[in-house]
Amino acid sequence: MADMMKQASQFIQALPHAKALGMELEELDSGTAAISMPYSEDIIGDPDTGVVHGGAVSALLDTCCGAAVMSHPSNPAGTATIDLRIEYLRAATPGQRIKARATCYHVTRSVAFVRATAMDEDEEVPVAMATGTFTAGNGK
Amino acid sequence: MIKRPEPVQIVKQRRDSVLRALVGRVPYINFLGVTFERRGDELTAIMPFKDELIGNPLLPALHGGATAAFLEVTAIISLSWGMIWEDMESGALEIDDIDNIALPRLPKTIDFTVDYLRSGLPRDAYARARITRAGRRYASVYVEGWQDNRDRLFAQATGHFVMPKRSS
Repeated sequence: MADMMKQASQFIQALPHAKALGMELEELDSGTAAISMPYSEDIIGDPDTGVVHGGAVSALLDTCCGAAVMSHPSNPAGTATIDLRIEYLRAATPGQRIKARATCYHVTRSVAFVRATAMDEDEEVPVAMATGTFTAGNGK
Repeated sequence: MIKRPEPVQIVKQRRDSVLRALVGRVPYINFLGVTFERRGDELTAIMPFKDELIGNPLLPALHGGATAAFLEVTAIISLSWGMIWEDMESGALEIDDIDNIALPRLPKTIDFTVDYLRSGLPRDAYARARITRAGRRYASVYVEGWQDNRDRLFAQATGHFVMPKRSS
């Protein structure tokens, strides 16, 4: 398991966009993943409040969903997003780290079904929730 | 006496500087490297390719998150631009001081759904938004993203937004 974490962690570090946003893998288990991202002035979307842009949260959720698919016991060779819907429940508090947690509920021969949430330090209400479908397996 | 129309250069300069002010104050747009081109009131967003946008280094392909962010940025700026346009044209928007234009708050995303139609190539990407409904409180937007061929979209998206309160 520690080995799998290390490998997955290196994998995420090898994704240039994930690296640019400072993403770090926190947990990985069969079909679930947790990835966090630090607050940074570069990703501010609302200059009046300093709240991060929804797009950066999308990138975090997308990466986390992909990691959950890859860690699924069906062991898909690769994955790509087919569709991702994000709901923004509230503004993330400026200055706080955002952590996403994704679960891959089912994988067919070609499709993986995933849900994820993004939280800041206040874990009562998520910042955002995501529902996505991803490709799974070798076929396109 | 008929009022003479303003010289075209002045009109263009005003529109371009307002657009620059709108886009320039969002750090994340700069982080992605996204710029906007204007033809009249129509905007086209451009995301020049750079390594930091890659999600799959083997293909290589654009990161799904970068694509989503690009389309969301296009939707928000296009919505805001549509709001500002009337005030700018009527002269209601104070723009004597280009560095301190009192722009309205940005719309807030309620939800955003991206359809990934084909993998994003390591090339520049373009996007245009169509505002399908612009109410006082809520707006619906459809965005198309393409790369080499306008007719072969690599992603499309729809989203709902809460519009900022207006003073008038």
